[in-house]
Amino acid sequence: MSGDLLFGVELAVSGLLVGVMYSLVALGFVLIFKSSGIFNFAQGAMTLFAALALVGFLPRLGMGVSILAVLAVMVALAFAVERVVLRPLVARPPLALFMATIGLGFFLEGLAQAIWGTQPKGLDIGIPDTPYVVGGLLLSRLDLAGAAAAGVLVLGLIVFFQKTTLGLGLRAVSDDHEAALSVGIPLGRAWAVTWAIAGVVAVVAGVLWGSRLGVQFSLSLVALKALPVLIIGGIESIPGAILAGLIVGAAERLAGGFIDPLVGGGVKDFSPYLLAMIFLIFRPYGLFGREIIERV
Amino acid sequence: MAKRLGLVTLALLLVGGALALIPSAAAAQDKTVWIPMLCYRTGPYAPGGSGFCGGKEDYFALVNAKGGVEGVKIRFQECETAYDTARGIECYERNKEGALVIYPHSTGIMYALLERATRDKIPLSHIGYGRADAADGTTFPYAFPFISTYWSLASAKVRFIAQREGGEDKLKGKKIALLYIDIPYGRETIPIMERLARRFGFEFRGFPVPPPGLEQGAQWTDIARRFRADWVINRNWGVSCTVPLREAARLGFTREKILGVWWCGSEEDVVPAGEAAKGYLSAEFSGSGRDFPVIQEIIEKVHGAGKGNIEKERIGTAYYNRGVVEAAITVEALRGAMKKFGYPVKGEHMQWAMENLNITEARLKELGLLGLVPSLKTSREDHEGGGAAKFKQWDGTKWVGVSEWIAPYKEIVWEAVKESAAKYRAEKK
Amino acid sequence: MIYRECGIYRTSYAKDMALFPIPLDRWATYAIAAAAFLAVPLLASDYWIGGLIVPFLCFALAALGLNFLTGYAGQLSLGHAAFMGVGAYAALILYARYSAPLLLSLLGAGLVAAGVGVLFGTPSLRIKGFYLAVSTLAAQFIIEWVITHVKWIGGGVYATIDTPPLRIMNWWLIDTPVEKYYLTLAVVVALTVFGRNLVRSRVGRAWMAIRDRDVAAEIMGISLFRYKLLAFAVSSFYAGVAGGLISFTYYAAANVEEFNLFLSFRLLGMIIIGGMGSILGSYLGAGFIVLLPIFISQFLGGVGKVVGRLVTTDLLANVELMVFGGLIIFFLIVEPLGLARLWRTLKDYLRLWPFPY
Repeated sequence: MSGDLLFGVELAVSGLLVGVMYSLVALGFVLIFKSSGIFNFAQGAMTLFAALALVGFLPRLGMGVSILAVLAVMVALAFAVERVVLRPLVARPPLALFMATIGLGFFLEGLAQAIWGTQPKGLDIGIPDTPYVVGGLLLSRLDLAGAAAAGVLVLGLIVFFQKTTLGLGLRAVSDDHEAALSVGIPLGRAWAVTWAIAGVVAVVAGVLWGSRLGVQFSLSLVALKALPVLIIGGIESIPGAILAGLIVGAAERLAGGFIDPLVGGGVKDFSPYLLAMIFLIFRPYGLFGREIIERV
Repeated sequence: MAKRLGLVTLALLLVGGALALIPSAAAAQDKTVWIPMLCYRTGPYAPGGSGFCGGKEDYFALVNAKGGVEGVKIRFQECETAYDTARGIECYERNKEGALVIYPHSTGIMYALLERATRDKIPLSHIGYGRADAADGTTFPYAFPFISTYWSLASAKVRFIAQREGGEDKLKGKKIALLYIDIPYGRETIPIMERLARRFGFEFRGFPVPPPGLEQGAQWTDIARRFRADWVINRNWGVSCTVPLREAARLGFTREKILGVWWCGSEEDVVPAGEAAKGYLSAEFSGSGRDFPVIQEIIEKVHGAGKGNIEKERIGTAYYNRGVVEAAITVEALRGAMKKFGYPVKGEHMQWAMENLNITEARLKELGLLGLVPSLKTSREDHEGGGAAKFKQWDGTKWVGVSEWIAPYKEIVWEAVKESAAKYRAEKK
Repeated sequence: MIYRECGIYRTSYAKDMALFPIPLDRWATYAIAAAAFLAVPLLASDYWIGGLIVPFLCFALAALGLNFLTGYAGQLSLGHAAFMGVGAYAALILYARYSAPLLLSLLGAGLVAAGVGVLFGTPSLRIKGFYLAVSTLAAQFIIEWVITHVKWIGGGVYATIDTPPLRIMNWWLIDTPVEKYYLTLAVVVALTVFGRNLVRSRVGRAWMAIRDRDVAAEIMGISLFRYKLLAFAVSSFYAGVAGGLISFTYYAAANVEEFNLFLSFRLLGMIIIGGMGSILGSYLGAGFIVLLPIFISQFLGGVGKVVGRLVTTDLLANVELMVFGGLIIFFLIVEPLGLARLWRTLKDYLRLWPFPY
């Protein structure tokens, strides 16, 4: 392969792998938006909270128990959020709920750092940095592991939503709150369960991103990476989040590698947004978003 | 009910806020000087802010524990800025009354305070950050970028690379990549690097990282696989300092050829990268570790007496030592000001003393600071006072010094400083 | 008893159209204006004026602009801080490089920002809600990028333009905090009065119709194209003026880092907390988001002094964040429609008080 082509392929492949990690964060948003119509801005803070909790438990409990403990904490947190924040705000304007999640984000960031401190900590999940070399391409083991974990998680979620009673109930809630209520699905519990699932996603995202970046405040900024993924994929679609994550990851790296040198750099981070705007002109509700036909 | 509760809370908050704003009666000790601390302990950069502030406060506490500066105690109090300029200005306005020196602790805050502090006659001490042309004391009488500015540092880095390569003539044809965070701070050294590249004939290219820089795969694939850099300068901030180490490890790029700016050279930057950080080099304007008499004294007299301002295990870390260094320079200036003007000391006295610092090796030894701070001599024109930098390497658990103080290419740096300062004067006329 | 509408007769069109038909409202407004122009400079210290009130006014002005767009016209935007940035740079380029008069530079800043706002407002013709919000993020990133990278705008690697001394008509030097306060106040009051009239004009009614139901509005003959873009233009104009103003009177420089994404979120927070579609709400919200963290920090600082060394400063700083987040949630639960609504509730209460009915 010629130099530029190899370079391009390498960028695209590593971009796809990183894209899976973006999808992972976007997934948390999608889950909550799907079931409750809330754009949960605290997802980033939840990721930070989960990762900090994990690192806090590690020295005392060991990896396996710590992860279980963190999962328990996130589930408890979800129920607390439902009780304290969501229940009093039922049937309020969506913007008020959006703002409440921003407030929740501040609260969680403060709480996590008040308990576990602001110092960045390393998180070693036992995967070395040295790359695999496949036909001249360098493949990162960490990225591969991340992609695999995300894949397993998505499969699990799909099975959960398609096959289990609880999952079906949640889908009913997302379709129509009142209809779901009238057939006897407890709305409050359904929301708590969704938030708990989003919490689990946050744990996975926290572990994977934490092992890349170290566990520190900036983990909560990972949420920003999810936003263009959401526009392209559609805010309500799990497959959309996965596919859009791949598109964003690859597009970002290719833009970084080929356009940045031409214009003096920096295009890389907003190229997903440009891409998203183009998508919006042709498909205003994303790739798999629920189409609402409206002529205005 | 809920409504009424809301109203009552609102009222309480307003009253509470108003009460909180009544200035607390200053501790009525007879002889004190006032140094407000603008710190950031929350937000993405908090790990650095707490160390930088903690180090300074510990040094002041040490000076106080030993009886103060000629009997005058230092009164200091923190004000949280969260690295936000608006809050920094508020902190400044609240605390400026009688303040002897201000540490802006952020480039944005430094910009905003430059004019205010000049008017209020309070010197700004911004060691190792802020605009490099502030070294020109005739244009910026109240700004003091002690020890070394970014431009001096950039040239010292090139000198260091030349040393490693075996001489300045070996730089010819080498490829140096500047990986920088794409904000004014990151871009600041590009012009100076271009000048140096012309002079020494190395190939220089910049690779911008959009903030916050969580993901730098594209840049690194380019640096390691297409540009094939010989040296990479890591000029990032916060988490974006850590990412390059992992990316480099992933691409098999040797960490011994990555050279960090000092803000990428703290424990906080390398620890999260784990194994990948081993061998990474970084610049520094202070010595590292605890093996200095003054640090031992702090451990004994400040933390021993339960008066520490930081967790004990963080003593001797890079940010902490930088704080100690900046505080030590402040205290030396304070001493000079009191010698000339006596008590009470005013901001303009401090400004004079900071312009006329002459801290020799012998004096450093007396203070127990030898090796931690380079010798420093400022003048009315030169507020930097040296420009030397040290280099260190991460061995997996701690920083190990790998060089003596390395001087910058002064004539190149000062040519640029003068040009830039002239432009500032033209803008401000 | 204290606050009531009865007994007020509107016997002429002029009276009917008055800004504040109820005397109490009118007198209260006059009193606040008098206090702002006379009492504040006399009583408040330089710290209050230069450190709290001036930035509060500037952010309130920007929030007011966003409120036109989001609160009145119903278009969500997450790129508002970038329009402030456009205004900041436009104002300083006009004033510092081309020596335009001070007030004209501010006007120019508003107009340039309005132009850019219209450009980025065009997607609103096709998308709405959260999709629009996230696509306005693109504006935020693109504008930041252009400001840092186009050398003509930022003037080199610093991408920062310092504010020269402020002069009106070449003789009146605006230098002390009080003078800067008057400049800010004059601009903010003028634009607030204009805005208050705007939202009860044809334009404001059209915006509200679009917000409430866009299809119905179009059927009524309101041009969505024109009024949506007008909302973007007006709101960006306010943001631009606010950006220019804050660079002149507070930041002492136009620095792109101040107008970042987080400011956009905070501006949105201001109008949600303060009250969407309420002018008073923009001010209350700006007070909440800008001033409250400072008060909490000082309050906790006081607590810290009392409790002593048991709590570390690190802990205090994080507790401050928690309290702030908690208060946001608390006020939303108490009144999801914002602080302005709380104020209305108080007025309703005072209508009867002290008699039970």
